[in-house]
Formats: sequence, C-alpha cells, structure tokens
Amino acid sequence: MADNTFDAIVIGSGISGGWAAKELCEKGLKTIMLERGKNIEHIKDYKEANKEAWDYPHRGERTQKMIKDYPALKRDYPLNERNLDWWASDIESPYTETKRFDWFRGYHVGGRSLLWGRQSYRWSDLYFEENAKQGIAIDWPVRYKDIEQWYSYVEKIAGVSGSKEGLAELPDSEFLPPMEMNCVEKDVAARVKEHFKGSRKMIIGRNAHATIPLNGRQCQYRDKCWFGCPFGGYFSTQSVTLPAAMKTGNLTLRPWAIVTKILYDKDKKRATGVEVLDAETNKTYTYNAKIIFLNASALNSAWILMNSATDVWPDGLGSSSGELGHNVMDHHLGVYASGEFEGYLDKYVYGRRANGVYIPRYRNFFGDKRDYLRGFGYQGGASRERGPQVAEYAIGVDLKEAMTEPGPWYFGMGGFGETLPYHDNKITLDKNKKDKWGLNVLNFDCELKENELKMRKDMQQDAREMLEASGLKNIQSGDNEPYLGRGIHEMGTARMGKDPKTSVLNKWNQVWDAPNVFVTDGAFMASAACQNPSLTYMAFTARAADHAVSELKKQNL
Amino acid sequence: MNRREALSSVALLLGGTIIGAEAFLSGCTTSDKKIGTAGLNFSQDDIAFLDEVGETIIPATTTPGAKEAKIGDFMKTIVTDCYEEKDQKIFVEGMTKLEEASKKKNGKSFLESTPQQRHDLLVDLDKEQKDYMGKKKPEDPAHYFRMMKELTLWGYFTSEIGATKALRYVAVPGRYDGCVPYKKGDKAWAT
Repeated sequence: MADNTFDAIVIGSGISGGWAAKELCEKGLKTIMLERGKNIEHIKDYKEANKEAWDYPHRGERTQKMIKDYPALKRDYPLNERNLDWWASDIESPYTETKRFDWFRGYHVGGRSLLWGRQSYRWSDLYFEENAKQGIAIDWPVRYKDIEQWYSYVEKIAGVSGSKEGLAELPDSEFLPPMEMNCVEKDVAARVKEHFKGSRKMIIGRNAHATIPLNGRQCQYRDKCWFGCPFGGYFSTQSVTLPAAMKTGNLTLRPWAIVTKILYDKDKKRATGVEVLDAETNKTYTYNAKIIFLNASALNSAWILMNSATDVWPDGLGSSSGELGHNVMDHHLGVYASGEFEGYLDKYVYGRRANGVYIPRYRNFFGDKRDYLRGFGYQGGASRERGPQVAEYAIGVDLKEAMTEPGPWYFGMGGFGETLPYHDNKITLDKNKKDKWGLNVLNFDCELKENELKMRKDMQQDAREMLEASGLKNIQSGDNEPYLGRGIHEMGTARMGKDPKTSVLNKWNQVWDAPNVFVTDGAFMASAACQNPSLTYMAFTARAADHAVSELKKQNL
Repeated sequence: MNRREALSSVALLLGGTIIGAEAFLSGCTTSDKKIGTAGLNFSQDDIAFLDEVGETIIPATTTPGAKEAKIGDFMKTIVTDCYEEKDQKIFVEGMTKLEEASKKKNGKSFLESTPQQRHDLLVDLDKEQKDYMGKKKPEDPAHYFRMMKELTLWGYFTSEIGATKALRYVAVPGRYDGCVPYKKGDKAWAT
C-alpha cells in the first residue's frame, strides 16, 4: 500500500469523525483521520485543566484585545481567557454574513467534542415522523427502529448518565446512574408534575459523563469540562474514540490537514480520495481511499462538497438535488426565566455538577395544538447564589461576612427550540473573501422565521407559568437576541432522504452521486427536533460505518 | 521628569535596580502623592491607594483582606485590559475624585486618613453610587465607586486568598451531593 493510500479517509476528528475512525479501524480498515487544526493529546495537552481562576490575570474574562481579535466569537460565552486557543480564529478563518449567524468552531483534534455541552437525548418516532405528517421539507428515510440498536451501541461505549423515565417522546438510553437533583430541583420537579398533572415533566439532565467507573474514566464533579478532563470524566474523541481507534493499529492521525476537495472519478461515479492543504507549510497532498467519511462539522462538510467535482456539477458534489448548503438549522436559544425559591436555607450542595435539569418537549404532542409547529425543551437548574441579594451592605466587615455565606436559592431555565428546515436558509461559497490559506469562505443567509418567533412567545410564557406554579418569587424572564448559530448545533446542509432529487444523502448517509462518500455529521439531518443532537450523530455514524464496511465486502462501493 | 522616572534613570546609570528603591519612593510624604495623575500608567502610588480602597471595602478580619489579595494590581490589570476607553477614563478620574472627596470630608488625603475615616468616606460614596446608579439612564456613564467596589468583590473572591480562605474551595470534589445540611456561618463555596 502506498503511503498515501488507505482503505478509508475520515475528514474531521470531532464527535462524529472520532466515531467513524473508531468503527472503521475496529472493522479492520486502514484509516487516516484528517484534522485541519493542531493536535491535542489526551491529558498531556489539557494545559488549563488544573488551573484556577486566580492563575489568570483577567480571571478568565475577555480583554478588549480579545474582543477585537474575535469579532464573531465575542458574541457569546466562548470568548474567554482560559481556553481561547481551542476556538477557531475569526481572523484566520473569517466568514461573511448576508444575515447574522454566530459560528463558533473548534479547529483541532477532537473538535467540539472537547467543548460540547454533553447533553445526550435520543429521538423518538414523534420526531422522525413530523416532517412527513406536516408536509414540511422531506420525510426522514429512517425511523426509530432503524436507529434504536445503534443508540444502544454508542451509549454503552460513550457512557450516558440519566434516569429511566419511560417517556414515549424521549426514549430512555442505556443509562449509567443519574446525577442527583438538588433539593430545590426535586421540589420544583414535584410541583411541576402536580400542577400540570404529568403533562410536563422535569427530569435530571442526561449527559455523557461516567458517573461510575467506565474503562478507567470517571467524573470528578469539578465542572471544568471544557478545559479537557484529565479524569476522562466525559465523552470526547480523546477520551473514548481516538484511543480505541489507535489501539487497533489501523489509524493514522494527520493534524494540520485542510481538506480542500474530494477527488471524484466521473466515469466510475466514485470518490477516489481527497486533496489536502497542509495548514503549516501550504503544501498540497493527495490521499486515496476506497471510502470517505465526511465529518468536518455540518457547515464545513458542505463547504468541502461545494468545492468537489465542480467539473461535473458547478455547485459541487451532492448539489444535483439543489439542496446542498440549504436547510441550515440550529436550535434557537435565549428565552429564559428565573426566580427566587424561598426556603431550604438549611440545605446546600457538595461538588460541582456539570449538569442540570431537563424538561422534554410537551407542545404539539399528545393532543396539544398550538399556532406554530413543533416545540421546545428547557434546560435549567437551581443553585444557591453567594451573598445577599439585596444591597443592604455598603462596605467593610459586614459586607465581607455577608458575601462569604450562601444566599437564597435561585431556579432558572432556558429554552431550546426546534428550527424548521427552510430551503432558503442557506450557506454559499463567497468567492470575494479568502481565508488565511487563500480559500473561499462561507457566506451565511439564514434567519429565524415566523414559526420560531411564535414559538418563542410560548417558550417564555410557559417558563414563567412553570416557575409561578412552583412558587418562585421575583420571577424574571426575557428573550435575548434570537440569532442562529448560538445553539452551536448546526445541521441540515446535506440532508438525507428517499429521493436523489430532493436530498443529498440516502438513508445510509451516502452521497447519492458518490456512494462511497458518507456524511455523518450534523449535515445529514432532515429536521432538527429540539434536543441536543450529538448522540444522534454518534448513532448514525456507527450505523453508516457498519453499512460501509458491509458494502465494501460485497464490492458494492 | 517625575520622581519615578528620575529614579529609573539613576537605576539605568548605575546598571541595575536601586536597593530600597521602593522605600525611597514611598519615603515622600503622602500629601505629595498625586493619585490618578499617571492615567492608565497607574503609578505605584495609585496601586497603593487602590489597595487601601479595596482593603476598606473588604478588610482583613479572621481572614486576609483585599490588600493581601493584591487588589490594586488586579484593578489596574482589569481597567487597563478589559475596560472600554470611556470606562477607563471614569475609573482614573474617579481616583482623583475619591481623593477630593476625602479632603472635603476629612480634611486630608485618603491614605492619611484613619481606617475609620476611610470607612466613613466610602460608606458615603457607596450611598452616592447606589443613588446615582439607581436613577441613571442606561446610556449614562457608570459611577467610579461602583467600579471600584465591583472590582474589589470580584478580584478578592476569585483570588486564591479569597476563594480558599474567605470561602471554601475543593479542587477535586469527587462526587456530587445535591442536598447536604447547611448551618448558618458555614462558608459558601467559591465556585
């Protein structure tokens, strides 16, 4: 085998790329995983993981220089002093906005698997069927029965903690023991259940944390997840899929490799490999393989396809349906409510739980009918703030003592709303703007529309209603800047479907026009649901890898 | 050429640091000090002044105060690197305003005042800032003493001293208990 020839190429090393590499390597394929950014080695390169706030001159906060250097990242929490080099540079890798889109990227080995929120929820058929039932976009080519075993498969390896609830809308996972609710959360959950007679439920968040020892990993409740966890407490490429792939001896990991195009043989109608630009040397390389897994994250995977096979299709590989780069989705965030919970002043917590409570979707389900489609879930939690919440202390000893004691309990929650797949929410190549490497950048033309904006009103009103029903005082609620991208759940730019005329991928995540190319990151999603999507990417990736190897053996690829 | 620059020149001439330079610098009488005149350069006098303002807000008790947590340096760092220009101006001018308020109320500079005089002055300024901040329009500038108080509380409780001595901190909790007993007087968790 020539040193640039492999059985499989995986483009991207984040959540889905890591799974693709692991599955393909374990099935015996010599695989190269290409990552556009630097390497980050598990534990060794988690340089911030054992630092404290006081180790940073600005205690972790943003400086004016950082604000200037990161015109997009500054729009939300990722701009910070502590792990800034794990977020892509807006200067080196700019993008243009016909309409505002907040794009927060992780260009390094592990991608956003190091930075993700780790909330992990299955889909049910209530979600897979809605496009078809409502005549929205196109039907999903799969149902829960097709993906159920793959959810189980990835959950047992990734480790997902949670409580068995038996909910039809949100199937239980293969759970590790749940994290505990605190006393106020338990109380609020009981009141919500009683007031809404079980139609709304509050459960402990389901997250990809090892709450008991799992292959040498275990969560230590430090709440420092996004600096990388030296205890392997949560699922990441580094903590789970990369070591498994490495163990097979079949993996080659190649950082600093920007894939500029997939090479396509129009006679055989197959991809033959990829062209890579070395991010450090600007040299161009070619890698060849029988199959390619595209896992560059939803928007960059679309970017690579748009730059590929343009001699056959001017708009790129997978564009024959006219849907490549369209149907951009995210979850819309920013509606919140919070209030003070009186009582439990003789109770406190020990440890820092990087998790909260979850209220699964209840709108437009089970006979409920609103003036908009789909729905939303909430994430939230209760905590005891520090210090008095009234400004009765001026300065001096009294102030100091008051500020060293816990104050009242607060409960807060924020909505995660479903965005519909709109054909005219799209990304395109902007040929007038280049990145650091002289490559065309993406232009964004996406917005929330009437359905989402109507939903946000319900989202805020319902949140208030639940907090009032729970007896909270001084309730505040609001609706902050509803821009797409903030959910950091980009999806839909190469959707799967039943018909090559209306979809980019078939039901096995294969590009219709190049069946040896599999796209298994968020790009394949035909709708967004309202729950965090990464677990679904994992399951579809494992399923696609299994199919790919099986087809390869049958010499169908 | 101010005194500090003069000293630096001497140090350069002699090819090194002057032993006891800090003592020499602080040897001048406090009334000579021109607080806030160095602008964003923050003289050593400014830092010492901010240390005492911080210490008056969060004094040493059974646990160390803000001065030991190097609050003056912290304020300088945040104002210089994180504040917008308009807020930097308010903060720097605020140091002079605080000095003027001290002379008006106590007849002497802040550093010459007794701890009780300092305390009483800052109680007045805190009332002034609360009144002002409560009434101001969102686009109006913030009050300088609000900045000093916020920076002191933030800087102190995120310093190693504040987080581990005034508050409680466990680097590796190892578990989560959602409902443990709490009795009045137990310290809050730093984070």
